[in-house]
Amino acid sequence: MEYVIEMNHITKEFGNFKANDDITLQVKKGEIHALLGENGAGKSTLMSVLFGLYRPEKGEIKIHGRPVKIDNPNAANELGIGMVHQHFKLVHNFTVLESIVLGRETVKRGFLNMDEARKKIVALSERYKFQIDPDALISDITVGMQQRVEILKMLYCDNELLIFDEPTAVLTPQEIEELMKIMVQLVQEGKSIIFITHKLNEIKAVANRCTVLRKGKYIGTIEVADTSKEGMSEMMVGRKVNFVPEKKAQTPGDPVLEVEHLTIRSKHTGKNIVADVSFQVKRGEIVCIAGIDGNGQSELVSGITGLIPITGGKISLNGKDVTKESIRRKCIEGFAHIPEDRHKYGLVLDYSLQENLVLQSYYEKRFQKHGFLQFGAIRDYAQDLIQKFDIRSAHGATSVARGMSGGNQQKAIIARELDRNPEIVVAVQPVRGLDVGAIEYVHSQLIRQRDEGKAVLLVSFELDEVMDVSDRILVMFEGEIVADVRPEDVTIQELGLYMAGTKRRA
Amino acid sequence: MKKQGLLNFSASALAVICGLVFGLVILLCTNPAQALPGLGIILKGGFADGMSGFGYMLYIATPIIMTGLSVGFAFRTGLFNIGASGQFTMGAFVAVYIGINWTWLPPQIHWIVALLGAAVGGAVWGLVPGILKAFRNVNEVISCIMMNYIGMYLVNHMIQSLIYDPLRSQTQPVSAGANIPKAGLDQLFSSNNLNIGILIAVVFVVLIYILIEKTTFGFELKACGMNRNASKYAGISVKKSLAMSMVIAGALAGIGGALMYLAGSGKYMQVLDVLSPEGFNGISVALLGLSNPIGILFAGIFIGYITVGGNNLQLLNFGPEIIDIIIAAIIYCGAFSLLFKHLIGKLIKRTKKEEESV
Ligand SMILES: Nc1ncnc2c1ncn2[C@@H]1O[C@H](COP(=O)(O)OP(=O)(O)OP(=O)(O)O)[C@@H](O)[C@H]1O
Ligand SMILES: [Mg+2]
Repeated sequence: MEYVIEMNHITKEFGNFKANDDITLQVKKGEIHALLGENGAGKSTLMSVLFGLYRPEKGEIKIHGRPVKIDNPNAANELGIGMVHQHFKLVHNFTVLESIVLGRETVKRGFLNMDEARKKIVALSERYKFQIDPDALISDITVGMQQRVEILKMLYCDNELLIFDEPTAVLTPQEIEELMKIMVQLVQEGKSIIFITHKLNEIKAVANRCTVLRKGKYIGTIEVADTSKEGMSEMMVGRKVNFVPEKKAQTPGDPVLEVEHLTIRSKHTGKNIVADVSFQVKRGEIVCIAGIDGNGQSELVSGITGLIPITGGKISLNGKDVTKESIRRKCIEGFAHIPEDRHKYGLVLDYSLQENLVLQSYYEKRFQKHGFLQFGAIRDYAQDLIQKFDIRSAHGATSVARGMSGGNQQKAIIARELDRNPEIVVAVQPVRGLDVGAIEYVHSQLIRQRDEGKAVLLVSFELDEVMDVSDRILVMFEGEIVADVRPEDVTIQELGLYMAGTKRRA
Repeated sequence: MKKQGLLNFSASALAVICGLVFGLVILLCTNPAQALPGLGIILKGGFADGMSGFGYMLYIATPIIMTGLSVGFAFRTGLFNIGASGQFTMGAFVAVYIGINWTWLPPQIHWIVALLGAAVGGAVWGLVPGILKAFRNVNEVISCIMMNYIGMYLVNHMIQSLIYDPLRSQTQPVSAGANIPKAGLDQLFSSNNLNIGILIAVVFVVLIYILIEKTTFGFELKACGMNRNASKYAGISVKKSLAMSMVIAGALAGIGGALMYLAGSGKYMQVLDVLSPEGFNGISVALLGLSNPIGILFAGIFIGYITVGGNNLQLLNFGPEIIDIIIAAIIYCGAFSLLFKHLIGKLIKRTKKEEESV
């Protein structure tokens, strides 16, 4: 059998840590090949090797049976390999067109010649129904659209092998569906795709074969059609995983968080992004805010936690008005916040893991004396959290956050927030980018908070999560709460109608 | 950790060597016959005249260590303090003013008050861009440049109207008590210029090192420098941190100004339409020292060394402009340390790999 790409016996080390240990990956022409593994299993590392970002210590790469050397991304490009990164980075004040052409400008007599590029991009965009405006600024378009820009970039270079590193983690369910259609169309045209995802449903839906990694080692390659979801997850984690979290019934107590008539007006448009929203989260209750991305959920949460100023309304914690309190005060009084964008808000990427784990508590007595940091105490605390939450990294507490795998970065944030023993946890997409085992763990932690009589406010775009974890669901549409329902009383179809704004029940 | 230090050091050393080669090329172009002896003189630097040259080197190094600290500190907190020049000038003026007029102070503390005054003067000049950045998000580079010019012209004006000696067209001399004590250093190095200013600079190097690396305050400042959003999220007052960074940076540069003009070295502030070069040399010092306080100390001394050596070139009939160009070339090559650090890092990785594959 002829493979488009073969990676044989690849070993990649960081210091004395083996991120990839004798891994083999073979991709056939015209297939979608899924790459599955726990957080930190070495998937992104393996793809970085293939894309020429890292050089492996051992192993060889073959394209169409011929051994090749890939020293840098340009070489990868010339060999027809393109990649959409897990945390993609586009230049924000560039237009779509400029971003795509960047690095491969066509030049005529020393001047940029954008016309041809534009024609090609518009044609590609039409062919795959991308609906993208080549002149829009990157900073003005959604993450989903930015991802399409990345995909266009690969297609623009006529790449044959396309690597998608967790493309669906940042997308809404609707966008995911569209992306999968695009992927199927691409392989039908003869391209091959390596698809990294933690969502087994997606693998089931589009992938032909799946290679599983665990802790840097190769476990095996399977035919997706012949293997159940349970089988795949067991292969990857090494034990059975519960997909539906276990939850005992609870009677909610007094309100912990009360939001009254909260309004946030956009500076740009003058419209209310959050319009007169009122709700409560009680002790022993997980309230989930559902809705399609962009209907004011992010702003609502940022307003509650104090990241952005609110136009009007009142926020109380345990009956005390905290509307005007600083973020630091709110934090002390019992707010915890798992932010939506872990790189922008959740972490100082150039700080070590241990520094990130005390990002909000460094000033507490246990970590400082007379203004001097107590590094010993910080180290011990970090080690404790790393163990409790199973945060994996190359050099333990002193690993720089930037070098950690996406899922482990997320685990670090969750560990930090939950360990502060907060009154209310405000979590936005907390399991984004986590493997099934970690998702199970995080959900069980959120439920434990609730069982201990704390409150949880969860924002999620994923209906499964909404239905399985929450005690009460608030649906947001265009800045308003259009439904307040219990998961037992509603079907997924009905939720969809609320989310689309065609039905309301508040 | 140790490895990191070694890497930093070798990067800076390479930058220095690169600068010297560049200097040699200029020497060769201007006066090929004398080029090699010229290079010899530069290399001998502060050691050419025995102890006195060494003392002079330390005297030159003192103010640029302070401005280097100022720039380097701001840099660690995510700000580019290109305004060290203005802060330096303001500090110098306040120090000289106090030195001339507040003669009612007892001499033991006169100079200390003058230093404090300089710190305040520099701090105010740093505070303005700091506040503009914190509250209005004005780019600090632009406001710092403006403050440089405002500072220069304002100080020119105030010198003329308050403390001018028109005969010599410079400031009046400061009272003896305002001069920084020499504590025998002048005799030790048989150099009239040297005083405990260099020791004061060393103290600040240590203080800033501790502040950045060991304290909660430094933790906040660095966090703001690396990720402002995450700092805000973590409850750190970003506005306060930005303003405080610039205040501290300004105070450091201001003290540098005082150390330069309270040295009793016969150097006076003059009314010139020139931004003080010590501020800009601070940028090179900070870059050469990779923004690490200890690195900055050595970078400052090195540049003092080269400057003394360069000035000695006059013995070989090199024109003062050429000398300035050579010194500047060497100094600015020093600014490439970061680039070299990157390159060396890559090289090490590659050789390691080759060793393993053998
Ligand atoms: N540049 C680096 N320096 C040090 N360690 C690194 C670096 N990049 C990755 N690692 C380590 O290698 C391991 C594998 O990381 P990788 O990003 O490949 O995981 P992943 O399988 O993509 O996980 P995730 O699903 O969480 O994205 C992790 O433990 C990570 O900490
Ligand atoms: Mg990854």
